[in-house]
Amino acid sequence: MTSPATVGIGLKSAHVRQILGSGAALDFFEVHAENYLVAGGPYLRHLEQIRERFALSIHGVGLSIGGTAPLDVRHLDRLKALLHRFEPAWFSEHLAWCGDGALFYNDLLPVPYDAAGLSRVCDHVDQAQEHLGRRLLVENPSTYVEFADSTLTEGEFLAEVVRRTGCGLLLDVNNAYVSAVNHGRDAWDLVAALPAAAVGEIHLAGFAEDRDGAGERLLIDTHGLPVADAVWALYRRTLAHLGPRPTLIERDQAIPPLDVLVDEASRARSVLTDASLWSEVAA
Amino acid sequence: MSGGAAVLGEFAAALLDPEHPLPAGLVTRNGTDPATRFAVYRNNVVVSLVAALADTFPFTRELVGRQFFDAMARCFIVAQPPRSPVLTEYGDDFPDFVALFGPARALAYLPDVARLEVARVRAYHAAEAEVLGTAALAALLADQDRLPGVWLTLQPSFAVVASDHAIVSLWAAHHGEGRLDGVDPARPESALVLRDGDDVLVLPVSVGTGAFVAKLKAGSPLGEATSAAAAREPEFDLTHALALLIRHGGIAACPLPGDLDS
Repeated sequence: MTSPATVGIGLKSAHVRQILGSGAALDFFEVHAENYLVAGGPYLRHLEQIRERFALSIHGVGLSIGGTAPLDVRHLDRLKALLHRFEPAWFSEHLAWCGDGALFYNDLLPVPYDAAGLSRVCDHVDQAQEHLGRRLLVENPSTYVEFADSTLTEGEFLAEVVRRTGCGLLLDVNNAYVSAVNHGRDAWDLVAALPAAAVGEIHLAGFAEDRDGAGERLLIDTHGLPVADAVWALYRRTLAHLGPRPTLIERDQAIPPLDVLVDEASRARSVLTDASLWSEVAA
Repeated sequence: MSGGAAVLGEFAAALLDPEHPLPAGLVTRNGTDPATRFAVYRNNVVVSLVAALADTFPFTRELVGRQFFDAMARCFIVAQPPRSPVLTEYGDDFPDFVALFGPARALAYLPDVARLEVARVRAYHAAEAEVLGTAALAALLADQDRLPGVWLTLQPSFAVVASDHAIVSLWAAHHGEGRLDGVDPARPESALVLRDGDDVLVLPVSVGTGAFVAKLKAGSPLGEATSAAAAREPEFDLTHALALLIRHGGIAACPLPGDLDS
């Protein structure tokens, strides 16, 4: 990317006409790969038109790299064809599982952070990168439970996946915050544990708030609200630490008008601009 | 397999079955029962899949009401969870489930309405093929003697839903053309579903034309398709049926390899 202050939003079909008609002050759009694994029609045609004018990030939600089942080779083939067709700037997936080889649960489910989990995830990342012929960015998840079996922190686990596979990372700052609150940790511990050079993209989103069995805060990663102030603060601190990174505003529920999301992205742009000035001064 | 595999297996088993005990080995920061937290995952799975079905079946949902639809969708999700992460394909088996769903049995037309909605989603995402030019088409149809053996390739988005119920009139009423309570649901109707630009059209066709198009889509030559149509509708008019297809760009230049996947 040419500009250090690169911002985007998730592409929503409700906004496509407006974006293609009058443009949008954005650098890239992100789409969920699985929505575009279709034979033809308006989705693919619109994405081609978007791709002519903006950079693209393709975000997978169905590969299940954290799962115990072998990766679905047919799904990998379909992803490969999609990536070949659209040549996105980034392709990402989650440190999570979403199926068991037979069924697909349509949610990003948690992985035990132990030696067996690490070797499984690394094998899957290796296989995906080899099959797709490109580097994968792996995203840190929002989680609601932890496993007694875990022996590594999430940061240690991800750092080791990067070291063993050469993959990159998608740092979801909202997920870092949500998981930290849910498990009584400091979100900064995750950010600080990640190899900075591996972080290729950042996600920001809003969460909903619930209560756990003890009546304590339980944050739910809904992508249904604006980015929370606490997440903006963590983002600012993260950029001061990492330097600027392409940043996406995610919204998948209660989709507001395009302008609202563009405004949120422009707020990210101003934080990015500050961070890039700071990097120059510091360098 | 490692211990993690066993935990994740139990995790998966508990996702769709609220009676299934939680997987052993879950911990929470404050030592509270992980049930409330695990419920987030159970809820995400079911709610997101209900939403996916609601996207595919907006009219079915309108006909039975949101509460009824969501309850029926939940039963389907538990009985037949998705097997692929491509959820545009997930609704394909829902109409057959609706047909056997006891509480919906009074609405005899409901499964075919759902089939119409599946056809619409498939049409929307179908491959596009080059339309056969008029000169090529004229040449193909010129020799009357060879006509019965001619294969026409349909545009992949084209499909027929034939029903013993008034699915096209119901669909039209849903879109503000006429009133739902003015439709006699027991009248048989056939729908030709096709993509035109960014839109999917639902056109009323005669039972013969429906049979004709369905036969062509299944790969029958023109003669066989015409016989099938005439058997259903003695006054079937081949010229009229072909004109309808041509008007909507429905005859493709050649089969696409992608057709077989769609």
